[in-house]
Amino acid sequence: MDHLSYHRSFWLILRYELLIACRHYTELLNPLLFFAIILTLFPLAITPAPEILQHIAPGIIWIAILLSTLLALDKLFREDLQSGALDQLLISSQPLPLLILAKLLGHWITSSLPLILLSALLAGFLQMAYPAIKVLMETLCLGTPLLLLIGAIGRALTLRLRNSALLMFLIVLPFYIPVLIFSTSAVMAAEQGLSVSGQLAWQAVMLILALPLAPWATAAALRIEI
Amino acid sequence: MWLWINKFAAPKNFYQIAGTIIPWTSILCALLFLYGLIGGLILAPPDYQQGDAFRIIYVHVPSALLSMLIYISLAIAAVINLVWRIKLADIIIAVSAPLGAAFTFLALSTGAFWGKPMWGTWWVWDARLTSELILLFIYLGVIALRAAIPLQESAARASAILLIVGIVNIPIIHYSVAWWNTLHQGETLTLTGASLIAPAMLHPLWAMILAFICYAKTIILIRARTEILRREKQSQWIQAFLRN
Repeated sequence: MDHLSYHRSFWLILRYELLIACRHYTELLNPLLFFAIILTLFPLAITPAPEILQHIAPGIIWIAILLSTLLALDKLFREDLQSGALDQLLISSQPLPLLILAKLLGHWITSSLPLILLSALLAGFLQMAYPAIKVLMETLCLGTPLLLLIGAIGRALTLRLRNSALLMFLIVLPFYIPVLIFSTSAVMAAEQGLSVSGQLAWQAVMLILALPLAPWATAAALRIEI
Repeated sequence: MWLWINKFAAPKNFYQIAGTIIPWTSILCALLFLYGLIGGLILAPPDYQQGDAFRIIYVHVPSALLSMLIYISLAIAAVINLVWRIKLADIIIAVSAPLGAAFTFLALSTGAFWGKPMWGTWWVWDARLTSELILLFIYLGVIALRAAIPLQESAARASAILLIVGIVNIPIIHYSVAWWNTLHQGETLTLTGASLIAPAMLHPLWAMILAFICYAKTIILIRARTEILRREKQSQWIQAFLRN
């Protein structure tokens, strides 16, 4: 076991994550259902008028994405903690941030990717037009990994507490605001036919910064004994 | 040097040093407040556009500055706590987080009182206002996280990590005026170069800023002393101190 390469341990964890997700696939559907229901509430609560819906659709979709991502994040590390698998990760000789990155990639594939695909469909229901939907997809592809990376820190900090879900929402949501601002302003700019490269570049910058730093902070948070 | 820092950071020594500093900072704070308030509220001429309403800057600007300064010092204390495990750093975090939240709230509310007559609205979703609001949420998140973790050592490390993650927010606040420039005015005060404000208005403002800093220092020291007494109540020196 000492000779396990970083590369191999990364793939082992990823495979393990995907396998668990496939065996409990009904749990994966809940955040998707939540996402679809939230999006349905907005036309009912505000107005079904197409021109207004088209205008507020990017914001609605992104807020629903934030909430569904957080809801899905709630189960990250939790079963590992209960089954003792988390302790095995903590005492493993492999670097913990790398293993966390593998888990997050697995989590992204099983919960964020379906959300992105579903939002492409539901954006049409909210009367969004093609170029805006394309930009929406780009912001989602850049933004959702960032949401997971930031959210994992909050998840790790609150993991061992009672009522941890609400506390995680409270401490993580403020950090999601820049992602929300850049994403929605990109989609709105695209609707008006303006260039969106600036907003996408900022998102990419934040993602590149979070990719090495966030797993490290998550690892530090997981090591706190509570 | 290292030995000296460790000696200073020991709760017992800090308790005594803070006790000797507090009277001096409070006197300084009172003098600065006296000069700043008289100069700002009475002597400074009314603004040619805003009339007397501009005088709220003597509270607004210092509290906005303090809200960020305290956050930066909290983040530095968080690094010190995580790296060197100095107990004092966590005591400072524990007592100054609510103070920082209070200054953030003060900056937001005085801004709203000024905004109503000037902009015609209590609140606008301007970049700088919004980031200040986010700062308030982060402060409250730190306080909530600390309150939720029963073990003191764990609460210290968890809030330290959250504070370091949150420091990313400070540059966004500072540069937001340049990035998403909307309604909030640009910077008036600069340390280098000429400020865009008349000297009669400027000098009391600097005095108020320094007075607020002295006030924050005094309050943090007093609260830190109380927190030390609470945390170390089992230790011998406090038992001996209480017996006398």
